[in-house]
Amino acid sequence: MARLRGRGIAAICYPTGMNLGGDPSQTVIVAQPDGKFIVNVASVELGQGLRTALAQIAAEAIGASVEDVEVRFGDTQTAPHDTGTFASRTTHRMGNAIVKAGQEIRQILIDVASKILEVSPQDLEIGNGKVWVKGVPDKFLTVKHVVNQAQFVYNTPVVGKGHYVKPKSDVDPDTGESDPHSTMAHGCIVADVEVDTETGIVTVLQIYTVYEVGRAINPKLVEGQIIGGMLMGLGAALTETVYPRYPQLTHQATSFREYVLPTAGDAPKIVYKIVESPTETGPYGAKGVGEMVANGIAPAIVNAVYDAIGVQITELPITPEKVLKALREKQ
Amino acid sequence: MRIKFKLDGEYVEVDAKHTDTLLKILKDKLVVGSVHFGCGEGTCGACIVLVNGRPRYSCLTLAGYVDGKEVTTVAGLAHDGELSEIQKAFLENDAAQCGYCTPGMILTAKALLDRNPSPTDEEIFDALAGNLCRCTGYVPIINAIKSLSKKR
Repeated sequence: MARLRGRGIAAICYPTGMNLGGDPSQTVIVAQPDGKFIVNVASVELGQGLRTALAQIAAEAIGASVEDVEVRFGDTQTAPHDTGTFASRTTHRMGNAIVKAGQEIRQILIDVASKILEVSPQDLEIGNGKVWVKGVPDKFLTVKHVVNQAQFVYNTPVVGKGHYVKPKSDVDPDTGESDPHSTMAHGCIVADVEVDTETGIVTVLQIYTVYEVGRAINPKLVEGQIIGGMLMGLGAALTETVYPRYPQLTHQATSFREYVLPTAGDAPKIVYKIVESPTETGPYGAKGVGEMVANGIAPAIVNAVYDAIGVQITELPITPEKVLKALREKQ
Repeated sequence: MRIKFKLDGEYVEVDAKHTDTLLKILKDKLVVGSVHFGCGEGTCGACIVLVNGRPRYSCLTLAGYVDGKEVTTVAGLAHDGELSEIQKAFLENDAAQCGYCTPGMILTAKALLDRNPSPTDEEIFDALAGNLCRCTGYVPIINAIKSLSKKR
């Protein structure tokens, strides 16, 4: 009986969104009289930080400062159509829609500012809540002032609308060629584990990950996804029966006593790195991150267990029972 | 049954059945928004409150138990509009995502640091064993607690 250590590696390519023309996102951005912008989004903030990331994207596209952008979520009655928050899609899909809507507003602001300043729109620049004539950044109008003038003097609605969908791509019957996805994110995971051959308990000692995420719109939020996804993947690998109704309804876990989630003590040390390789199809190059960071963990752990004990476990979760059974069959 | 207790520093009196849980009273009668119903059987920690400074699952605590005692929710930690140390540490370490577990986590962490200002990793793991979190991976929460550890 011994404690055996092993190392496993996994790599992942992960598409963003549902693709095939099936998941359009739309948004409307409306300027308020106080110079703030309301971004109306029908998808939902789950805690992953969309409220922040989408506000950053809108601010960048409009030329507003991020404090002046408020993203309103989840009201399908007042916001235009969106397919939802799933498939690692919302930052990418809704982000793209927001870029378009924001650029519409940017153009409106520049047109109005050109009337106020009596200069050509081509000579104006906008960013960070200010509009100025090229080369003279010290003399500027605030976006707030331009919005106000648009509404009260120039009778111009300051509204932008945007839409994004990855168009359906049919398979070429001759070549089999198709363009099925909007973008792919990538990652690699290394897991170090220790297997107690007496108890069958697998302990994950350390996880190393590197993820290529396009552009990290907000690196802190991406880190949050990476660490959270890591532990979710670890749960799927070791304790969670992720097929809750298998093989019969009566076999589903009915509580957290039966569906065992990792707790604080199960969190291994994690070393992670974010690689940015902006995609042409994403808002400022961003790709989807949410699911990829969970899905590669279990394969790496399975491989690490194989490395440690020489037996490949082929069904998750890797419970102590399965480890002991595999060791006995190996002998 | 009439029970009287101190809730976040102020005395409250409510009528409760003998079978009512503290969670039910807090949510239904006193409309405390930060106390969450998660599993209802003492495994997830979303409903944790402090009773005389100790964390308790309010879903498993009968309301009558807190008669004459002091109950603290996360709303009772801030003073004069300023967040408490532990709340600031959670903020600085990005220790919340969806926020459902966060009030229970913060109260558990506060109780730990109150009785043990310099906990070891193992002691932090033990203290948090009854609080489930699905979003953060616990690492930022552990870091928030460690940032306040007096041993640094």
